Amino acid sequence: MPTPPILEVNQLTKSFAGVRALVDAKLVVEAGKVHVVMGENGAGKSTLMKVLAGLHTPDSGQILVQGEPLHLRNPHDALRRGIAMIHQELMPFLDLSVAENIGIGREPCRWFPGWIDRAAMHREAETLLARLGVPIDPARRMGDLSVAEMQTVEIVKALGHKASVIIMDEPTTALSAREVTALFQVIEDLKKAGVAIIYISHKMAEIFRVADTITVMRDGRHITTRPAWLLDESELIRLMVGRDPVERAIKKPTPGETALEVRDLESSGKFHNISFTLKRGEILGIAGLMGAGRTELAHAIYGLEPADSGEIRIHGKPTHIPTPAVALAAGIALVGEDRKRHGFVPKMSVRENLTLSSMKRGWIHQRAERALADEQIRAFDIKVSSHDQPVEKLSGGNQQKVVIAKAVLTNPDILILDEPTRGIDIGAKGEIHALITRLARSGMAVLLISSELPELLALSDRLLVMREGELTAELDPLHTTEEEILRHAMPV
Amino acid sequence: MTTNQAQPRFSSILQTWGLPIALLLIGAAMSFAHPAFLTTTNLINVARQVSINGILAVGVTLVLLTGGVDLSLGSVVALAGVVAASLAQAGAYPVFIVVAAGVAAGACCGAINGVVVTRGRVPSFIATLGMMTAARGLALVVSNGRPVSNLSPDFTRLGGDLGRLPIPVIVFAVVALLAWVVLKHFRLGRHIHAVGGNPEAARAAGIRVGAIGMIVYTACGALAGVAGLVLAARTTTGQPNAGVGYELDAIAAVVIGGTSLSGGVGRISGTILGVLLIGVINNGLDLLAVSSYYQAIVKGVIIIGAVWLDRNRQHS
Repeated sequence: MPTPPILEVNQLTKSFAGVRALVDAKLVVEAGKVHVVMGENGAGKSTLMKVLAGLHTPDSGQILVQGEPLHLRNPHDALRRGIAMIHQELMPFLDLSVAENIGIGREPCRWFPGWIDRAAMHREAETLLARLGVPIDPARRMGDLSVAEMQTVEIVKALGHKASVIIMDEPTTALSAREVTALFQVIEDLKKAGVAIIYISHKMAEIFRVADTITVMRDGRHITTRPAWLLDESELIRLMVGRDPVERAIKKPTPGETALEVRDLESSGKFHNISFTLKRGEILGIAGLMGAGRTELAHAIYGLEPADSGEIRIHGKPTHIPTPAVALAAGIALVGEDRKRHGFVPKMSVRENLTLSSMKRGWIHQRAERALADEQIRAFDIKVSSHDQPVEKLSGGNQQKVVIAKAVLTNPDILILDEPTRGIDIGAKGEIHALITRLARSGMAVLLISSELPELLALSDRLLVMREGELTAELDPLHTTEEEILRHAMPV
Repeated sequence: MTTNQAQPRFSSILQTWGLPIALLLIGAAMSFAHPAFLTTTNLINVARQVSINGILAVGVTLVLLTGGVDLSLGSVVALAGVVAASLAQAGAYPVFIVVAAGVAAGACCGAINGVVVTRGRVPSFIATLGMMTAARGLALVVSNGRPVSNLSPDFTRLGGDLGRLPIPVIVFAVVALLAWVVLKHFRLGRHIHAVGGNPEAARAAGIRVGAIGMIVYTACGALAGVAGLVLAARTTTGQPNAGVGYELDAIAAVVIGGTSLSGGVGRISGTILGVLLIGVINNGLDLLAVSSYYQAIVKGVIIIGAVWLDRNRQHS
């Protein structure tokens, strides 16, 4: 009888508020191999990994560890069953020592229950670090390590939990070339020790260096799993995109005068050297992977996190925008990417949220406000029991409509939409697309940031691509492909 | 899926009407337990007793709505009291100057709280804890550590009655009415709710979050000044040691009234009911000659019970 794979995932599904993030996901991971999982933003990679790490509970489907079915209720469960995740954002205890970080949660005790045996903890850390050949002193304070060293400590910590599967989510994002080589050496050693590694990355060169097996996901589904040597870069991109060309809206006539001009905008560590213009009646799309600096750019223009240098001109006039209040006064509105954080006040009613940005006078005319709210609810087709319903009780799509309606009510000249259809079901998506087109037609200048390439291609009049904080291309949506966009968006 | 129009269940009825029902039940029980409870004189007495706590509770409601807290109120009451009393001695200044000085003293303390919290990003708990100590010290400095008495009758009259109605009660009513109008009908009130409900979304919506904080803390301090004036007029002295623990009584009333400690949710009507509930229970227990030791225990249980309900409301 062949030995079962170390980890097997079958027919896993997971939805968030009615939006399917995983549909019938499948993954088979073998010991001593590096299994790379690829896909566009929103393909379901992260959701799948979070399910495996016990952070999300799947709606249905099966997870088998060495042939045994597994129910993960929390990250602790996953760790106990040998699945450890190294998060993209490390979460170390900066003021504890390396040894304490490695031993956290399973401290060796002696003399008394709860009395930590520091010497034993130190010895254990030393042994584990030596096993990977990592020259880090276990007594050092975690906060004094470099990012690469912290990451290695996280991996060692996973080993300490006797992890047989280690999930690495974009582990090289913050590493230098030398540190990446060192990490790959550690990965080689882990493979020899029989540990299975699930590796998530967008970086092509890296993937082909490290992968034994590659799984491609798209729209929450498993597309294919193949040995790495059977794939090349262009084939991989084709598999990730894999859609038929989308239907495109008929382009409208020439846009009007320049509404927004950005020159050499820079925000240290986020984006730099950003220049573009946006005209009235135009939809300017910005494509890019997560972390490319698109959201930060939107926040800079809207005054949420002002840029360090550069110039923003509105209708040709240089304008300093230190706060959103100033942006709104200058005719800029933002529908942010993080709806819960920047979009609405959850316990306030739909009516109160709708008018929050556009109240001109100190005294609220209750009757006029109610009428205005009902009008917007009808115009945007927001499904509510009444305008007094708290926004937190609405579905994601309807919350998003409230956020868009709130922005539109400020009567902006320039509307920035950051991932306006994230986490929204198909029907509401179509409505929001139609709405965006309508707003542009009415003369608004629209800056559209999206990770969904079909959406960008269908809606944009022009398309910019960002990669690692820089503009890398300006494309004509009518004469480009998703493949071409991805090539400009992928880190090299 | 999107709309949920379930019948109002028992628990939601209890949430909306629980406080008035509790107040009525306790009132009914008291009037059976003691014949003197349900008399005009006693009820006016209850109103008089709760008015200072009520004025403070209105201010605390504003601060809690923004997600903050103000622990300095008791000390500010004492400071405003001695400042006013020093000016009101032997009729040295006209009453309106005395009143203005008392309110201004409170507003200044509040404004300092506001600056420290909004500019300095010091947690409100710590900022107002510091003010609690400092304002008490200042009250002792201003009064040389001694009660300030021999106040002009023009001033002490403010602690008395207008017809049958005690002036402190009128002041409380006016303050509560003003706060209700602002919270319900003014953009400022909406913004206060928004800042407490989600400060980041409030900022993104163009609300000047810092300015709202300044207004709220200053208003709360000014109301503590008003309470200090009322107390000084009623007791005909400015006591530097007055008002100890007043802030906690006010917070208790506000929380019983359903205002969320995490901000964004709360009503002036709830605060008034909370103030009355505490007042009625205190008064009833007094009438029944229950020792003040036991009264403290009862009050403690009520505070915890009310917050318990509040938390479970949020989690359900």
